[in-house]
Formats: sequence, C-alpha cells, structure tokens
Amino acid sequence: MEKKKFERPLITRIKAGVPDKYGMKSQIKPLTHIDNNLVADLIKEFGSPLYIISEKTIRNTYQSVLRAFTTRYPKVQMAWSYKTNYLNAVCNVYHQEGSWAEVVSGFEYQKAIANGVPGSNIIFNGPDKSDEDLTIAVENGSYIHLDHFDELHALIAITEKLKKKAKVAIRVNMDTGIYPQWDRFGFNYENGEAWSAINKIMTQPNLDLLGLHTHIGTYIMSPMPYSVATSKLAELAVKTFRKFNHYIKYIDMGGGFASKNTLKGAYLPGSDTCPSFDEYAEAISQALNNSDIQYDKMPTLILETGRALIDDAGYLLGTVLANKRLADGRRSMIIDIGINNLFTSFWYEHTIMPAQEQYTDMDDTTIYGPLCMNIDVIRSAVQFPVIEKGEHVVIPRIGAYNMTQWLQFITYRPKVVMIGMDGKPYIVRENENHETMNALDRVPEHLRKFTL
Amino acid sequence: MSIKSNIAISDSGFLFDANTGDSYTVNKTGQVILAMIKEGKENEEIAKKIMEEYDVEKSMLIHYIDDFVNMLKRYELFEAEGE
Ligand SMILES: Cc1ncc(COP(=O)(O)O)c(C=O)c1O
Repeated sequence: MEKKKFERPLITRIKAGVPDKYGMKSQIKPLTHIDNNLVADLIKEFGSPLYIISEKTIRNTYQSVLRAFTTRYPKVQMAWSYKTNYLNAVCNVYHQEGSWAEVVSGFEYQKAIANGVPGSNIIFNGPDKSDEDLTIAVENGSYIHLDHFDELHALIAITEKLKKKAKVAIRVNMDTGIYPQWDRFGFNYENGEAWSAINKIMTQPNLDLLGLHTHIGTYIMSPMPYSVATSKLAELAVKTFRKFNHYIKYIDMGGGFASKNTLKGAYLPGSDTCPSFDEYAEAISQALNNSDIQYDKMPTLILETGRALIDDAGYLLGTVLANKRLADGRRSMIIDIGINNLFTSFWYEHTIMPAQEQYTDMDDTTIYGPLCMNIDVIRSAVQFPVIEKGEHVVIPRIGAYNMTQWLQFITYRPKVVMIGMDGKPYIVRENENHETMNALDRVPEHLRKFTL
Repeated sequence: MSIKSNIAISDSGFLFDANTGDSYTVNKTGQVILAMIKEGKENEEIAKKIMEEYDVEKSMLIHYIDDFVNMLKRYELFEAEGE
C-alpha cells in the first residue's frame, strides 16, 4: 500500500477574527512555475538563490503602458530608466521595443552606448555629470537635462570650448500636492527658479532648449499629482513661446508610477491601491490636451517609467535552510534570500510564496534571511505554511531596483536568468565567485606574508 | 502526562479550551497525534504508528512530534505535572 503524504503536525491559536500583525488567515497560493519552467528545475540548474526575469512580462507590460498613452496622446516616447534595472539584456529588450535610454551617471551613459543606443537617443539626467561626461554628451548629441545653475554654467563653458551646440532641457521640481515634495533635484517652479533657468538658457547661443522635465517622486499612488505637474510644465512651455517665440519639443514626465508591491505599514495591499496605467495616462494626456500649447505644436511626451514597467517581470527564487522556534514559541523560517539580494525589502512587505503544491496549514511565521545580522528580516510577521528544509520559495515582483542596488555582502551575488519568449532560460548575468570578487583587491607587498 | 479533561476537539480540528476560552485549529496530522496522546501513548509509539501510515523519515518525525508537544505545553493544554 502506498503511504500517505506527511504534513507536520501543527496547532495554531485562533485570535477571534481580528487581523493581528500576521494578517488575516488566508491561503497563500503556491507559485510552482514561471513561464512554464518549474521553479525546482530552475534552481537545480542555476543554483539558489536565483533571480528570474520574464521577457514576456517585460514586453507585455511595456506594450500596455504604451497603449494606455498612445490611445490618448499622439506623440509618446519611452526612455528606459537604467537605474531601475541595467542588466544589458533587460535594457536591450526595452530598446528592441523602441525605448530610448535614460541615464544618471557616466557609468550608465557608457552602458547605454555599449548596448548600441545612439547618443541622440540618450537622456542624461541627475546632479552628477562630470565635465568629461558633459563633453561626451555634447559630442554625441544627447539630451542633457540640467539639474542646477553650476551645471548650466559648466555646460556653457564646455560648448564654447567645443564650439558645438548642446541639446538641453531643465529638470523642474514643484508642489504637486504630494508629500514629501522632492525639491532637491532641478529648478523650482513656484519660486521662479525654473523660469530664470529658461531665460538664461534662451540667451545662450550654444544651448538649444528642447524640453522640460520633471520627476515628481516615486511610487506615486494617485494620478492627480501628474495632472498638476503636466499643467505646470505646459504653462512654462507656453510662457517660453510667448516671450521667445520658441517651441518646446518635448515634455518629459519622468517616472514614479506605483507598482503593485505593498509598502510597509500600508493598510491595503498594493495590488488594490495601485492606479492603472490608464488612470495615469488619462491624467497626463488630459492636462496636455487641455493646455494652452498651440494645437499643431504639441510636444512629444517622454516617459521614464521604471518600477511599474519591470517590477512584475522579476522573481527571486530561494531555498529553505531551516525552521526553528523563537524563544516565545513563534515559528521562524530561515531562507537563503537575504536583504543583500532584496534591497527593496527595506520599504516593501514582499509577497512570498511556496514553490510546491499541497500546503493546507498556515502558521504565524517570521522569515529571516541567511546573513549573520539581526536586520536580515524578509518578513517579520506573515501567515505561511510550513515548508521543509530544502524546499523552495518564490518572491515575485522584484524586477525594479534589486538587480542594481543589490549588495555584495557575506556571499556572492547569484545568477540572473531570463526566460526568453521561446520559454527557454538564458543566463543574463553570471554569479560572482572567489575569482571575480578577488580580482579588484590589492594587497601591498608588506602585507602578503604572515605566520600564525 | 495527559491532555486536560475539559478540552474538546471537533472532527474538523477545532479545539476549545473551556478553562481559558481560547480556541485553536489543529491540522490532520496534529489530530491523529493528539488522539494518540489522549490514549496515553508515548512519543516513540506514536512515531511508530504514524510511520506505518505516512511517508516520513523517523528522525524528522520525532523532531516534529517533540515540536508539536512543546506547542501543546506552551498553550497549557496538558494537565499540570503531579496533579
Ligand atoms: C530622473 C528619473 N527618471 C525616472 C526614474 C524612474 O522612476 P520610477 O522607478 O519611480 O518609475 C527615476 C527614479 O528615481 C529618476 O530619478
């Protein structure tokens, strides 16, 4: 006779219907496959922990954002925000879809060029552009988004030296009704600084003011601020035309759309509160269409959407190392995914799912990473089935910011595998190893030898 | 050691402690083990019975039963020692 499948014995106290910090009792759905690849097989082949990216999800999400905007506004150009995820393979999926590159450092700029993006399709943002960076950007005809007056003056000097015109925009910060107001980047709208910058640029023979840019913040949970911000940039465009008879070619609304992840301390899950792309698109398009910008001179709308484009395409796969009881009897589970692999766990309550079917029993659980550090907590309180040592878990929706802000700490960073459109797994980044880690270390002669 | 007498457990695994008013859920395996503890069986004997029916390795099973019994103790579902 075949023996029955064993599930470990459990007793759980019922807490009279009120959700406690572990949340309401609910079933957690397992995630056994990603784009038809069995999680256990992926880990067997590529190791654990493991990052997985779905090419299909990237392309589908991209198309749905584009559709939301192009059905409401005729001229839309996406620019992939490199800092969100700058694995070359990921960037190239966006470039194949028609996206330009949006970069914020010399390093990211070099990456975009090396990926084959023409300089004239690169938007160069951020407060940190060296004279060398600016020189290359001018030479390549990239769009330089000015952040402050010091940069403006540096650029004027560089164009004079090169005897070449620079294509510029200004980044504008403003009050859109959201808190906190990001006022550290760019020129302020309300106090007239942005208008002063425009006036300065318009009198410079070597600067061609093509655009107006803003990035009002990240994880903006309402479309309203976008409507306000778009109207303010449109207002500047109209003012510029009135005074200088000069048309603004593009308005760049930056990024900031929320993803479906749940922020720490949020009352409702992000999947319930996140506005749809249609709602954001409606707010921005309507503000542009209703503005005083001359009808036949409507600017191109540029979007630098990051998080909302890539989050859903990324998964982090891991393995249970141990289950143990804490001093007060609570169950804790240690997995091989640490906060070093999951930087976003500092602000999200990440969903975590078993990668095996057939769990019925849930228990109040704290999920720890493997680092020998007290801060290494993936979920401090979650209802979770008992998964045994060696079995697998999946953390979905981790495509944004983790593969750029990951920390090399205590262990090597793992492989990243992309499931291609053909359903096959492709390594898009190798894991680190002793050799790659040691390659940058230098030991002075007098420290090479010791006896113990 | 025996389970307190004023504890009721339903077929669906709902356990009620009339002393404290606390209620609990016990999963299928837990119910099987609890029934055997009630019959006065020792851990070794329980493990043997379970292994006849379920696919589980002995050392892990002993570990699970110990953990389960610890939780019963923590929830004070056993008669106090010496009573
Ligand atoms: C200038 C700029 N554009 C776009 C983005 C992407 O933002 P998000 O991921 O919120 O869409 C950022 C992120 O910080 C940014 O600084």
